[in-house]
Amino acid sequence: MFGEFDTGVIFDNLHFLIEGMQTTLILTVIAIGGGLVLGTLLALARLAPFKPLSFIAGTYVNFFRSMPLILVIFWFYFLVPHIVGRPVGGFYSVLVAFVMFEAAYYCEIMRAGIQSVRRGQIYAGQALGLTYAQNMRYVVLPQAFRNMVPILMTQAIILFQDTSLVYVVGVKDFLVSADLVANRENRILEMFTTVALVYFVICLSGSLLVKRLQRKFAQ
Amino acid sequence: MNYNWDWGVLIREPYFEWLVSGFMWTISVSLAAWVLAFSLGSVVGIARTTNSRILRGFGTCYVETFRNIPLLVQMFLWYFVFPELLPDDAGMWVKRELPMPEFTTAVVCLGLYTASRVAEQVRAGIEAIGQGQRNAGLAMGLTPAQVYRYVLLPVSYRIIVPPLTSEFLTIFKNSSLALTIGVLETTAQARQIEEYTFQGFEAFTAATLLYIVVTSTVMLLMKLIEGQVRIPGMISLGAK
Repeated sequence: MFGEFDTGVIFDNLHFLIEGMQTTLILTVIAIGGGLVLGTLLALARLAPFKPLSFIAGTYVNFFRSMPLILVIFWFYFLVPHIVGRPVGGFYSVLVAFVMFEAAYYCEIMRAGIQSVRRGQIYAGQALGLTYAQNMRYVVLPQAFRNMVPILMTQAIILFQDTSLVYVVGVKDFLVSADLVANRENRILEMFTTVALVYFVICLSGSLLVKRLQRKFAQ
Repeated sequence: MNYNWDWGVLIREPYFEWLVSGFMWTISVSLAAWVLAFSLGSVVGIARTTNSRILRGFGTCYVETFRNIPLLVQMFLWYFVFPELLPDDAGMWVKRELPMPEFTTAVVCLGLYTASRVAEQVRAGIEAIGQGQRNAGLAMGLTPAQVYRYVLLPVSYRIIVPPLTSEFLTIFKNSSLALTIGVLETTAQARQIEEYTFQGFEAFTAATLLYIVVTSTVMLLMKLIEGQVRIPGMISLGAK
């Protein structure tokens, strides 16, 4: 068992694993960025006084939230090449899938954040003669973002874990790279334990940081 | 975008049967895993609210471990690594004689993972009640076990009906991860139909609809249950 635990295989393939981790991180960062932008727009649409707009945004959110992420990945892996009209490769289609999927979750976080800003602030903004857009931009959103920082970070950690699902379409992220090494070198035990440990350390540090932030904000 | 539409593929043999059997697997995996997640999650969640340091520490370790490793990695750990770590005989048994190995592994993995999330909800529910009720129970001469059984749990479970509903829906959606170790559930079958017939649009639409129908039904059902079990006068607690 552990007597034959071969750490050499990890160091021999370190370069390959780091490349995989880079893909994972790039995916995470772009999905967070894209998801945040699209999610904020969706949240604004959902809270807009114009009914059809908020209905469309609401349907979008409920639709994506009732689907498993794997199915969404398959959907876009199939759809994106059809829409673009040429093969685009797994990476770009999962990128689109993650942005669209995460936007639904970020929208709900944003909505809760915007609603946590006291109504008096909005009235004050209106009384000062700000337009709807100005009121959002200068009064509501800055406060909303501050309230949302801990939960946004928690969502980022979840997203970081979820990117491992690109496995189903074979994009070479951290997990898939480790899987390839594991099968090539017949070192399944070592590789998967290492993967689990790396994810654990990163996510635990992340969630400890969130807890510290929460305490800081609570004071 | 040129695409040959053929919705008939969904009711043609054998594809219709694939979808039905996939759906059955999704339901079985989710329900079995939920039983495990709910019972174990309750135990761990309660452990985190007791006065014993050891129990609390154990609960925290459990939650942090399962929450900070991606579910897919956990699936692989249980399926590929776990049998290797067992003593030879037991490992052999798991590899060779475990009935329905993919299904069992998926249920155990999903159940243990979701238990960590259920535990957090149970803990939050108990903590929402506050220290006063616990002290009152103890002052009346109830044992700590009785305080939980008659005072804390009946109220806290009612408070956490909405978050538990969304945990159940999460387990239902996460059951699609079972396809990575070979359980042919709804998503896997839709993917398979796409590969056989190239009618991806129809196949994925069918799968999507199945998920949406179950999700909406569960949400509706839990709203009814929540209304049924509500204690009059405790609405404010439930609204939190």
